[in-house]
Amino acid sequence: MTELEKYNSLDWTIQPPYLHEAYRSTIKRAPQKPLILLPQTLSELTGPVYGPDDIQPLDHDLTRNAVKNGQVIGERIIVTGRVLDENNRPVPNALIEIWQANACGRYFHRVDQHDAPLDPNFSGAGRCLTDQNGEYRFTTIRPGAYPWRNHDNAWRPAHIHFSIFGLNFLQRLVTQMYFPGDPLLPLDPIYNSVPDENGRCRLIAAYAHDVTQPEWALGYRFDIVLCGSRMTPFET
Amino acid sequence: MLKQTPSQTVGPFFHFGLTIEDQRTLVNERTTGQRIYIEGRVLDGAGEPAPDALVEIWQADAQGRFNHPADPQQAKADRFFRGFGRSATADGKFWFKTVKPGPVPWDDQQNQAPHINIRVFARGMLIHAVTRLYFSDEEANQTDPVLTSISDPARRQTLIATRQESEDLPCYCFDIHLQGERETVFFNP
Repeated sequence: MTELEKYNSLDWTIQPPYLHEAYRSTIKRAPQKPLILLPQTLSELTGPVYGPDDIQPLDHDLTRNAVKNGQVIGERIIVTGRVLDENNRPVPNALIEIWQANACGRYFHRVDQHDAPLDPNFSGAGRCLTDQNGEYRFTTIRPGAYPWRNHDNAWRPAHIHFSIFGLNFLQRLVTQMYFPGDPLLPLDPIYNSVPDENGRCRLIAAYAHDVTQPEWALGYRFDIVLCGSRMTPFET
Repeated sequence: MLKQTPSQTVGPFFHFGLTIEDQRTLVNERTTGQRIYIEGRVLDGAGEPAPDALVEIWQADAQGRFNHPADPQQAKADRFFRGFGRSATADGKFWFKTVKPGPVPWDDQQNQAPHINIRVFARGMLIHAVTRLYFSDEEANQTDPVLTSISDPARRQTLIATRQESEDLPCYCFDIHLQGERETVFFNP
């Protein structure tokens, strides 16, 4: 059998722990026993493969993909960036799925009972594939903040949920993208569960004037870094 | 070297983003292999089934081949089987209809027992949990290198799905305990 290319594990100096008491729902859902080291076999080093057939033409444009009878309400934005691995190599054909609240901070979900209007023309879900340079691009609206019951007067900062399938199941990542300058970030236990300040900052998109389109939409750039292969010094 | 992007919770409202398409059935009429059901719950530390968890599975086809370029056998993999499934725990349960995977290589000498790779996401989980499902009716479990690396037999047992006969297809039951005395073995891959 040919030697398989091995990958770096999750970096626990950066990744949030299972238990973060300030986020109360972790208390009963955090595994407590030590994790067991899993050797990387073919089973770990493979994963679902996606291609253009899995994507519909409007999937990446949340301002158009659920329109029924009018325009989406809110501040139009473009969110773009690259999916890379730790070795700075682009990850092509990565499937990115996003979901978010509408401009008023309400999710298109029966469990969300926040007293804010739904937008009949906005579902808040989209997806796309990265190109050969690892680049992706969504058009959407800026989501609103919304209240939750974690603690007194708790509000989630505006965010977009991201789910990414990379080259294999080891690269699987679900995360959230935040907006620069949001005053709710220092108060948010989910954002602050990331132990490393630089790691937290990497969850905040950068305003990108070169992405902004005149008379149309503001641009944000959000790069995503997945686990990379363990390269030998000869390869770096 | 770049630094990894931190994980964040999937939250309670992922359904309209991740499970609009039904991804619980991995097989179609042209897929090769023994059809099975997998069914289970995701339980919290109080023993309550989570109604808002998401379970993802990744597995080999019935011959133990992956539809992926890293598998030297990819050319022979079942074209009618991607190997990925996703189920929310609506009503507290997740389920899949799939094929029983074949044995997957460990090294030149040895195979791994048939198994399914699992990722668990939920509100209250800032990062997913990684586990494996093995089948209660497989002799190969006795010599599987991952299972035998778990020294405590009671913990090893948390990875074994129990076969139950039903009128339709064999069903393997696999409850995932996030914490508590019966906490499922979770891995650091």
